[in-house]
Amino acid sequence: MSILEVKNIKKSFGKTEVLKDVSFTLEEGEVLSIIGSSGSGKTTILRCINQLETADSGFIKVNGEVFFDGENRPKKEDPKEKRRKQLLVGLVFQNFNLFPQYNVLENVTLAAKLQATELPEYKENKVKINAEIDEKAKDILGKVGLLDKLNNYPCELSGGQQQRVSIARALILEPKILFFDEPTSALDPELTGEILKVIKSLAEEKVTMVIVTHEMSFAKAVSSKVIFMDNGVIEEEGTPEEVFDNPKSHRTKEFISKFDD
Amino acid sequence: MSFLEVTSFLFDGFIISLLIFGVTLLLGAPLGLPIAFCSMSRFKPLKYLSKVIVWIVRGIPLMLQIFIIYYVPGLLFGFQLFGQVDRFFLLEYGIMDAGRITAVLIAFTLNYACYFSEIYRGGIESISKGQYEAGYVLGMTKSQIFRKIILKQVIQRIVPPMSNEIITLIKDTALANCIMVCEIIKQAKELAATKAMIWPLFYTGVFYLLFVGLLTVVLGKLEKKLSYFRS
Ligand SMILES: Nc1ncnc2c1ncn2[C@@H]1O[C@H](COP(=O)(O)OP(=O)(O)OP(=O)(O)O)[C@@H](O)[C@H]1O
Ligand SMILES: [Mg+2]
Repeated sequence: MSILEVKNIKKSFGKTEVLKDVSFTLEEGEVLSIIGSSGSGKTTILRCINQLETADSGFIKVNGEVFFDGENRPKKEDPKEKRRKQLLVGLVFQNFNLFPQYNVLENVTLAAKLQATELPEYKENKVKINAEIDEKAKDILGKVGLLDKLNNYPCELSGGQQQRVSIARALILEPKILFFDEPTSALDPELTGEILKVIKSLAEEKVTMVIVTHEMSFAKAVSSKVIFMDNGVIEEEGTPEEVFDNPKSHRTKEFISKFDD
Repeated sequence: MSFLEVTSFLFDGFIISLLIFGVTLLLGAPLGLPIAFCSMSRFKPLKYLSKVIVWIVRGIPLMLQIFIIYYVPGLLFGFQLFGQVDRFFLLEYGIMDAGRITAVLIAFTLNYACYFSEIYRGGIESISKGQYEAGYVLGMTKSQIFRKIILKQVIQRIVPPMSNEIITLIKDTALANCIMVCEIIKQAKELAATKAMIWPLFYTGVFYLLFVGLLTVVLGKLEKKLSYFRS
């Protein structure tokens, strides 16, 4: 069973048809890169899967759970249920969206600590539970190389460090799939490397990921599967070798040749 | 009258100024919140109702609003509401001006609540959508997002404009003398009329200056305390 199933997703904003019948699947442990020119709908498909946007029709299933079914929409979705599903996926934003009033450690632990308050044993074990969350956060922050910044505020960090915090913030909730929307686009070129390194190490740990990116050589190196989107449709799909080295579609060839240098 | 006696006489008036200031702040600041939420509501009638109220309250001089609140109930119902309150408190407890002060407090609270609501609205609307979305994808509830993420950023942003309003407020309390409330300027005018002393009128400025100085320091400290992050 695929961990992510996206079937016939359509989405318009007013009169602009942004997604015109998008379908793909992803297996556990795979890394999917989505490439394509600006405005082709990459962000929109990510937002539809992450429930930030509701598709017009189609079907989305994550880890066996129906996230969206255009044929069978619940009249009023239980917010608690929606939040439970939300935790199956994680999203890293292009511009980080860290919480400015919290330091690095607090940014990473906030959501987990709020989750924990809903545990039945929270009242008795409050201190212990929060301490465990702090430990876990430090573990993850260690992995992304930020142990020395625990008490710094986002405004005191470089873009690359902020993005690493936001990755840690998503990881602590142990999502089944982690989505990245152009995680390096807001960064100075010399800072993209540190983010790509973190994503690479996650790929080695078999974290299932979907990455929208303009970093072609990175996409080629890290992904098990590549999708080229153009104008709201999947123009080409395959292994990195197939898409980058032997593109079948003329549009794909054209797009990829722009990055050759 | 000695300088000390004048000071004490004016100070009695300044207590009334401070009372208007304190009550307006205490009631107007919270009242501004529901007005702000109404004006951001997706329910159109509520949104437009609150926008019209804010438009009227901000569009009419505060002095006129004091007159309206004080006199209109009497004109409409042939019954001097605040006059009755005045008389009641004077006879029962010997408190002067209770009815007039009540009218002033209502006018000030409504007026400032509307100004505050616009500051709140501006503050809330200035927070980027990304902050809400980040909370949302981390599985937080709407109320958690507001309380844990948005609120403090809004507070940081509204402290400077709120400080301005608060400093304006203490000076606006002088308007209460338009319906004969014995605030500090009215007291000074009293001295001018009965004792032919004009200098106490100018002396009142010292009271305002000292209080505004205190406010500036306190609000500045608050602003500084919140400046540890940049949003
Ligand atoms: N909320 C919205 N309202 C209206 N139009 C939107 C909205 N969000 C996206 N669009 C439009 O949808 C189209 C696809 O946008 P999307 O952000 O998905 O593209 P993208 O592939 O991520 O592009 P980029 O590489 O520039 O990030 C664009 O034409 C955009 O203007
Ligand atoms: Mg995009």
